[in-house]
Amino acid sequence: MASPGKPPVVHPALERNALGLTLRDYEGSMSTLCAGCGHDSVTAAIVRAFWELSTPPHRIAKLSGIGCSSKTPTYFVSGAHGFNSAHGRMPAIATGANAADRELAYIGISGDGDSLSIGLGQMVHAIRRNVDLLYVLENNGVYGLTKGQFSASADVGSKSKRGEPNPMAPIDPVTLALALGATFVARGFSGDKAQLVPILKAGIAHRGFALVDVVSPCVTFNDHEGSTKSYVHTRRHQVRAVLADFVPPAREITAAVGDGEATRVAMHDGSVVRFVAVPQNYDPTDRRAVFAYLQDQRGKGVIPTGLLFLDEGTPDLHEMSATIDVPLARVPYEKLCPGSRELERLQEEFR
Amino acid sequence: MHHEARTRVNDFALKLANVNGTGSASANGLLLQAIFRMGIPVSGKNLFPSNIQGLPTWYEIRVSRDGRTARALDYDLIVAMNARTYEQDIRELRPGGYLLYDSTWPLDTALLRADVRFLGIPLARLCNAAFSDPRERILMKNVAYAGALAALLDADMTVVERLLEERYGHRKGLRESNSCALRIGYDYAIANLECPLPFRLEKMDGNRDSILIDGNTATALGCLYAGATVAAWYPITPATSIMDAFKGFCGKYRRDPETGRNRYCILQAEDEMASIGMVIGAGWMGARAFTSTAGPGISLMNELLGLAYYAEIPAVVIDVQRVGPSTGMPTRTQQSDVLKCAYASHGDTKHVLLFPADPKECFDFAVTAFDLAERFQTPVILMSDLDIGMNDWVVPRLRWDDAYRPDRGRVLGTEDLARLGTFFRYHPEDEDHVAARTLPGIDPKGAFFTRGSGHDKFGAYTETPDDYREVMERLALKHRAAARSVPAPVIVRRPGASVGVVSMGSCDPAIREALDELARRGLAADYMRVRGFPFGEEVEAFLEEHEIVPVVEMNRDAQLRSLLTLETRVPKEKLRSVLAYGGFPLSARTVVDGVLSRVEVPRGVPR
Ligand SMILES: Cc1ncc(C[n+]2csc(CCOP(=O)(O)OP(=O)(O)O)c2C)c(N)n1
Ligand code: SF4
Ligand SMILES: [Mg+2]
Repeated sequence: MASPGKPPVVHPALERNALGLTLRDYEGSMSTLCAGCGHDSVTAAIVRAFWELSTPPHRIAKLSGIGCSSKTPTYFVSGAHGFNSAHGRMPAIATGANAADRELAYIGISGDGDSLSIGLGQMVHAIRRNVDLLYVLENNGVYGLTKGQFSASADVGSKSKRGEPNPMAPIDPVTLALALGATFVARGFSGDKAQLVPILKAGIAHRGFALVDVVSPCVTFNDHEGSTKSYVHTRRHQVRAVLADFVPPAREITAAVGDGEATRVAMHDGSVVRFVAVPQNYDPTDRRAVFAYLQDQRGKGVIPTGLLFLDEGTPDLHEMSATIDVPLARVPYEKLCPGSRELERLQEEFR
Repeated sequence: MHHEARTRVNDFALKLANVNGTGSASANGLLLQAIFRMGIPVSGKNLFPSNIQGLPTWYEIRVSRDGRTARALDYDLIVAMNARTYEQDIRELRPGGYLLYDSTWPLDTALLRADVRFLGIPLARLCNAAFSDPRERILMKNVAYAGALAALLDADMTVVERLLEERYGHRKGLRESNSCALRIGYDYAIANLECPLPFRLEKMDGNRDSILIDGNTATALGCLYAGATVAAWYPITPATSIMDAFKGFCGKYRRDPETGRNRYCILQAEDEMASIGMVIGAGWMGARAFTSTAGPGISLMNELLGLAYYAEIPAVVIDVQRVGPSTGMPTRTQQSDVLKCAYASHGDTKHVLLFPADPKECFDFAVTAFDLAERFQTPVILMSDLDIGMNDWVVPRLRWDDAYRPDRGRVLGTEDLARLGTFFRYHPEDEDHVAARTLPGIDPKGAFFTRGSGHDKFGAYTETPDDYREVMERLALKHRAAARSVPAPVIVRRPGASVGVVSMGSCDPAIREALDELARRGLAADYMRVRGFPFGEEVEAFLEEHEIVPVVEMNRDAQLRSLLTLETRVPKEKLRSVLAYGGFPLSARTVVDGVLSRVEVPRGVPR
């Protein structure tokens, strides 16, 4: 087993993580998405993130709704427990699963149709409950699986493949989540794996709901001239506004990236997120300031990416519910049933 | 004026007419409980509006030494506290009945009926004199009429006083005002009215082994005892009090003694699509999880019920049925979700249903529901209704067997997986056509991918007709196999029976009473109450045995009859519908009239 912290030595495919597992062990079955689909790059980043974190595959629960994006859980960590559920309903299913077993690492994969239209209510409420879940929204501005209709994230004026401009204002999951009080808000780009992997790792370590909105172009229906969710448009307008780097627990923090003035946020599991490159005076823990910054950037037509906001102080679903540490699904029955004598006694109240 | 020749003891019906929001519920409940404590079988039916304040509301109390608990339609005494319903209330009294009213204001003489005795008590005036707070004056009028009734019906005042002490002993002011108001009514009645009336109460020993409980509380207790740890819901009448009660019980019994933290998690969802989703997620993880709802919620849960059916995930749903369609009459009772629940969701789906008839069965069947859901890895819907769920019923004490252990169904642990070597989610199957499952996070060998999309018996994605069909056929067989495990029907036979009545759920007391009445009139009928779906062989046999089968149910479209014709071999013509679906609990008279109109009545049977 390679000890953590050592520089890579062998061929990357054979490199082993703390569990002795290779990247291969975190892959899934072959993707059936279109060649070049942004979602496949997100999948690769997820594989990398879990591998780097050395999460035991069977301790991962991967869930999704319906859509091209929601198909991807089969393409990563085949040793995890998966649940490809129903359109827009993954947040509730993940909430129930997390309520029953708080110990697993939860990752939910969704699309912009899945999250911002049919499932908007469920996503919003999972944010409110601060369910301990990494929520990856693979955002391509269209409904890929139903062949290219505009989704609610399509920008005003963005053109469909047939050239019609979208007239309605988009729902931006990032500002929405911020406004709702989300405790972890990030935006990535499927074409920028170097930035995405640490974000995903931090999202997994985050105790609470971690929204990662990933611009993930649909090469078949929304990658043309005039689309604001194309590779070209995104590359041109993306700004790596906030660069974060994730340092796992029990690893010495070395000043490998960026300057020494980096903002550090300690995560609940002992890991640390270091904000290594941020705009001047940017405070990733100041919700109002982040919000204002994003509004400002939007006015300039810029797509700021990075781990934009982080709050480790808000209780998650289990803390709000004051549940015990033992997963509820694993509590022995003897500790749940009050027994016959108590039933007899209790019934005196019904006389 | 008509006078009763004989005194009737412990056999009469009262109706209390009030305005919603004036606090009558606690006075009415006090009366009911006092009668229960006197050892007399009794039932209370709350006929209330979908409103917080201002609309008419009625409470009916039926006192029956023989244990008749169905709604009675012949009222011996009506307490008319709502001037706006005087006319209707007076009309509903049986000839020779009594009307108690607030004589602070004169009664419109146009309302008088020669065959009814009017008993006036100046409740408002007396309470205004005794209490100064305006709200208290209104509330205490109710307690005052309860006091008057205690005098008129010869209730045991020490029992009533003790109840007041139990209820309000810890709040001195409230205890005193209640006691004072009770006395005001009692003393006035003794001094001014003929007490007791020709129908009255007398202590007996009919309730020694009974409790007075509503179905929703009993259901919540069942969920507690079954070991449910995750509950998700969205508020809706008449199901809300299930979660209220569950929360109360959990607060009492599910706190970790050391940390004070909870061994349960109740999620108030954003809607019913979410609440069933949460239940499915928790069930997938291996927790016992449930949701409680009513018809509108069932409609919203349809999509995910199909997912749970197809992906084979245990889920318990409690449907406290109310009047539909749409919002319908939310505070009135019906059995109109039967077909919707039996086949909930798109595609070929079939669910396991349980039909409790009273709070005791709510308790027992709630536990059964969890066992069946896990054994058959499928949703199980407990079909309660508003009458059972929200009214107080006298039922035998609930019993618990400490040897009970949850039936978790076929769940593979680490050792099983090591022994088996390979694991496929939907293969092989057991004699009930159930395949073993694993729980997420337990063992690397148990990992599998759950999907609502087409899958083969190994759990892999498929679009191949044969592979898809193989799973669907097993699911049909599995559903059929559950017929052996749902509660058997209750069958009551009578010598010489020519017809066999079939019914379900809360129709039971009215049917039992009606069948006695029909037998008295010369029409003997057997009776089968179905308690579960899919239907088993006993249901088939009963239908086969009888040439004429009246099916009594509380919906317009004869849903139980439809389900029987679809799911058994019975010829449709045999089944004759008796339908009552106006929203009030069923009464024996409705059943008697209904059955008589649906069968060829033998000569000499008076209609
Ligand atoms: C209840 C329901 N309505 C409609 C659909 C059809 N449907 C499947 S995927 C989809 C849109 C998916 O879009 P998105 O979430 O953006 O995913 P993408 O394919 O773009 O990754 C729709 C409308 C469905 N599966 N279920
Ligand atoms: S249609 Fe679009 S979103 Fe779907 S797989 Fe193809 S490229 Fe990806
Ligand atoms: Mg999309």
